Amino acid sequence: MMNGTVLLEVYKLSKSFGGVHAVTLLNFELHKGELLGIIGPNGSGKTTTVNLITGFVKATSGRVVYKGQEITSWAPYRIVRLGIARTFQMVKPFYQLPAFKNMIIPLYSPRVKQLAGGKYGDRNAVALDLLEEVGFERDAQVAYKVASVLPQGYLKRLELAKAIALQPDLLILDELFSGLSLAEVASIVPIIEKLLQEGKTIIMIEHRLKELFRIASRVIVLNYGMKIAEGPPDKVMESDEVKKAYLGSE
Amino acid sequence: MQKRKERVDRGIKARSEDVFAISSWREMLYLSGPRLLPVAGFIVLPLILGIYWQKVLLSVAVFALLAISWDMLAQSSMVSLGQALFFGMGAYCSGIMNHYWGVPPLISIPIAAVAGAVICTILLLPVLRLRGVYFSMVTLIIPLMLERIIEATKIFGGTEGLSGLDPFPSRWVELYVVLAALLAALFGFRRLMTSDYGLVLRAINDNDRSVMNAGINIYWFKAQALFISSAIGAFAGAFMTHVYMFVGMPVFALDYSILPIAAAIVGGPGSMAGATLGAFILVPLSEVLRGAGGLRIVFYGMLLVVFIVALPEGIFHFVQRKYHQFERWVAVE
Repeated sequence: MMNGTVLLEVYKLSKSFGGVHAVTLLNFELHKGELLGIIGPNGSGKTTTVNLITGFVKATSGRVVYKGQEITSWAPYRIVRLGIARTFQMVKPFYQLPAFKNMIIPLYSPRVKQLAGGKYGDRNAVALDLLEEVGFERDAQVAYKVASVLPQGYLKRLELAKAIALQPDLLILDELFSGLSLAEVASIVPIIEKLLQEGKTIIMIEHRLKELFRIASRVIVLNYGMKIAEGPPDKVMESDEVKKAYLGSE
Repeated sequence: MQKRKERVDRGIKARSEDVFAISSWREMLYLSGPRLLPVAGFIVLPLILGIYWQKVLLSVAVFALLAISWDMLAQSSMVSLGQALFFGMGAYCSGIMNHYWGVPPLISIPIAAVAGAVICTILLLPVLRLRGVYFSMVTLIIPLMLERIIEATKIFGGTEGLSGLDPFPSRWVELYVVLAALLAALFGFRRLMTSDYGLVLRAINDNDRSVMNAGINIYWFKAQALFISSAIGAFAGAFMTHVYMFVGMPVFALDYSILPIAAAIVGGPGSMAGATLGAFILVPLSEVLRGAGGLRIVFYGMLLVVFIVALPEGIFHFVQRKYHQFERWVAVE
């Protein structure tokens, strides 16, 4: 597990909003090809951590190093171009557009152009292929529906497809499973496993621990913005501090 | 038994969306009719109107250009309250070139359109990060500030302005230049906003963080939209300068900011065609109401309210819907 090269290094990363310390002195390393789970109770700083890595929130102090390059507090669009793509916990589709037209935006990205050697290709065709991969049934023509009429399950898949379209090396999934039924989660898990096989590195923020533990190779537990445990999924939950954070003391 | 209204696409719409569109003259006419109508109208109108209404048509075209410029900017997430900035900047650029360096109108107008757009874009670059009403307020204030600066510093003729500028060779050139520009803007921008590039601009309006998350620098795209939009506005201003043979402080007046917005809203925003249609209704309306004397603005305002309350989607979207769909009552169980 620890044999891969270090892809991302987070060093003493801190963020406070006014007097609230959302993330405090967070350290962790991410190795190429692993699936790291970040868990913790509500308000423990998981999403802020993602926002710090992807540049949507500027760090108060500390460093984020990706592939040996410091990217702390870069603008989000520059970070994406290096190959870090994320999904949002609250889905952010372009509601007025059909699902496959939603895909045009990431496919218009300079990163896609660069990886394709300077040309974009047929964006509509690529969009439909990518959507089929994440479970938009081509025969039912779901991809042609306007995003505002799609149910939550499809919006989450669309969010995932938009991130995959950027051909990232590091994929950060912020509570992808929340609001989904067991059956829907079960149908997305193979997609994530396939991405891992393709050599992508993934960070998953998740509340659905059972599903996460089945695919995660390592887990970090946050509470009040601090790392309280780290290790393989089954070991982590045995820690007293983690039990206390999740179940409350006494 | 309860009933609700159902909207159904007309058969001819479904047919003409497919390859069958070329199967009969009727389908072809259905498709091309709405597009040929403005083209034919713009060619014929100047020929059948008298001199007075020709001047009104000129004014209509200029306000339509400003409304299209507003619409394009609004679709790209920037609601401007200061079209007068674009208009006035183009007007002064062209006026200065003609007055001081003797550049003929047909050369100074295109240069002023680009130069005006560059200046406007640079002026608004620092506020591109502002969203919603904050951006709008800045655009509202800048033209009013420029007006006072010209008054106080007395540059470019101060309150007198620059007069005696070169006119167009003839009023026919005048009319057909502006109508050709309007046609190009109308069809060009409709095409632009439905292209993938336009999709990115519209997506910024929908959700800018999500666009940024696709590795796209939204500020660069917004700056481009601002440049394109202000170029049309500046063209309209530069054009009017040579029609009036005068440029002065009134080019930064509130009229040029507010009326285009009213036209776009009444006509239906988000389509360019709505903005054009709105200008074709509102400007002649204000001419017709001249007979009402002092109460002109009151009647005008009342009609505006009627339009907006009765057809909030805009006249163009209403007509478009009627053209493509029919309605029927169906029972609700």
